[in-house]
Amino acid sequence: MTSGPVKLYALSTCGHCRAAKRLLDALAVAYDVTDVDLLEGEERASAVAEVRRLNPRCSFPTLVVGEEVVVGYREDEIRRVLGVAP
Amino acid sequence: MDPRDLRERLRRLQEPQGYFFNRDEARTLELLEGLLVNVDRYGYMSCPCRLASGDRDRDADIICPCAYREADVREYGSCYCGLYVSREWNEERVPRVYVPERRPPERFSA
Repeated sequence: MTSGPVKLYALSTCGHCRAAKRLLDALAVAYDVTDVDLLEGEERASAVAEVRRLNPRCSFPTLVVGEEVVVGYREDEIRRVLGVAP
Repeated sequence: MDPRDLRERLRRLQEPQGYFFNRDEARTLELLEGLLVNVDRYGYMSCPCRLASGDRDRDADIICPCAYREADVREYGSCYCGLYVSREWNEERVPRVYVPERRPPERFSA
């Protein structure tokens, strides 16, 4: 179903990010998540730089599936890039 | 303070202005909890759905209620987070859409 590794950049306090985590969990997708607000120093700077590269607004959640990027909790888009039927 | 206390305190200020909490209580309490986390973390009620810089002046536009709430609730019936909504939004009399980020990218600094 998925086309490549799944990486989620999120904020621990954000409702849309929690919704995205819940959706990925419900779909039993293996993913790596980084809560950027919990990072400090160099780790945080490097995560922010990566999110800005993927999504210049640096908004959350930013989901990466292989070559595709979905910004925001857009369930239909997330399902589409994961190759999961609605 | 817990999220329910914060909700009651804010409700008295916000409802008379036409801003209501999202009727989805779990969602609302989760976001209010995020606001309280940010008060502990930064010393001000930074938006839970945006990455704060930790500098109050640079984050001034995203201190809740943020500078974008008015325009977002007017246009979409909901703020970016889905915390504050219009009465019509709660009553499902306006379509529910994902509210895009209105904050100009150049305001972002982390």
